[in-house]
Amino acid sequence: MMNSFADAVADIKDGATLIVGGFGLCGIPEKLIFALRDSGVKDLTIVSNNCGVDDWGLGILLANRQIKKMISSYVGENKIFEQQFLSGELEVDLVPQGTLAERIRAGGAGIPGFYTATGVGTAIAEGKEVKMFNGKPYILEEGIVGDFALVKAWKADEYGNLVYRKTARNFNPLVATAGKVTIAEVEEIVKQGELSPDQIHTPGIYVQRLLQGQDYEKRIERRTVRKAN
Amino acid sequence: MEDVRQLIVRRAVKEIKDGMNVNLGIGMPTLIANEIPADFHVMLQSENGLLGIGPFPVEGEEDPDLINAGKETITEVPGSSFFDSAESFAMIRGGHIDLAILGGMEVSETGDLANWMIPGKMVKGMGGAMDLVSGAKRVVVIMEHVNKHGESKVKKSCDLPLTGQGVVHRLITDLAVFDFTQDGMVLVETHPGVSVDKVKESTEASFRVSSDLISQ
Repeated sequence: MMNSFADAVADIKDGATLIVGGFGLCGIPEKLIFALRDSGVKDLTIVSNNCGVDDWGLGILLANRQIKKMISSYVGENKIFEQQFLSGELEVDLVPQGTLAERIRAGGAGIPGFYTATGVGTAIAEGKEVKMFNGKPYILEEGIVGDFALVKAWKADEYGNLVYRKTARNFNPLVATAGKVTIAEVEEIVKQGELSPDQIHTPGIYVQRLLQGQDYEKRIERRTVRKAN
Repeated sequence: MEDVRQLIVRRAVKEIKDGMNVNLGIGMPTLIANEIPADFHVMLQSENGLLGIGPFPVEGEEDPDLINAGKETITEVPGSSFFDSAESFAMIRGGHIDLAILGGMEVSETGDLANWMIPGKMVKGMGGAMDLVSGAKRVVVIMEHVNKHGESKVKKSCDLPLTGQGVVHRLITDLAVFDFTQDGMVLVETHPGVSVDKVKESTEASFRVSSDLISQ
């Protein structure tokens, strides 16, 4: 357990590869992102499904010109992203969402590659090995391991067992497995034994650093409501 | 909703059968959810990690931890389940989703789909579309038949970069319904007031007319 977000990211150096949990702005490690902004580390390669919006989430690091390369499935919500991409400042590798998830899962599980039908016959397949199984073509995709993995969970115990809430789970459990060092921020830390072993989503073995954040903002990207009856 | 989209959505909802697990794409396909008969037991999947999407929340009950793949606040229905993104796409890639309904930019006569990028414009990414079209048991594409310049979006081959090759089972447009079979593309249905000639005129792709053509 650590108390300082600044200390938790102090050894993340220029040029590091980070795998970051979240889907849109849901389940993102917002305090760790602030800490990276403050540390000023640059030339980061970031593996994350999205890249935040202009002033929130990973968009903060983008606006601060700390990201060299993004590996994502969808980046459409961010004007700064567009500017940096079109000017050639930012490298982008677009990966189908399921392939991205499985590459992270595989990386964390010690599987260097796997075959999938996703992307066969499209630009995604260019330069990739094709293998036939039962008469159908599949392409080889590689596992991803990061220097650091940044995770947001709902609750943890002191050992680092994690529980997520609703769709804020998304990429976080896979991301937690795929960092050489995994840093988790949570809303609440309880004593060891207070979480039911049956309910753990991420076993604490994957978590090297654990922090409790305060006052989560949890921005909503698209607030949609219906009229009460 | 404009009439054309309404027509497509009303036809598309008939693809959903009682008991199905269904993934609806972002945009026009999302509107289909409102038209599913109330007595159907259908689970809608959201690829960010929910099987059992409910209606939008009432004002004041929005939960930032509960969104759909379009990043909109939603609710969950009784019997729903949450899971991580790898599990979500295992369900998709493993053929456990009965039906995926997606929007399209172009569809070819061999069932290729293009719907994720226009060269020269900002590339936003494919999200989960490539996984869905190659993994779901049945893929239905809904789109307007012609573009705003009056050119056919149903083509001999797609000009735009593909989302999937030979992946479309059925195409529903504002003029007609087509199936993609081993023997090529087949016109199976025309909408009210639309003649087969009108469909032929508006379609670049070659297709045959089903002997069981449904015309209303």
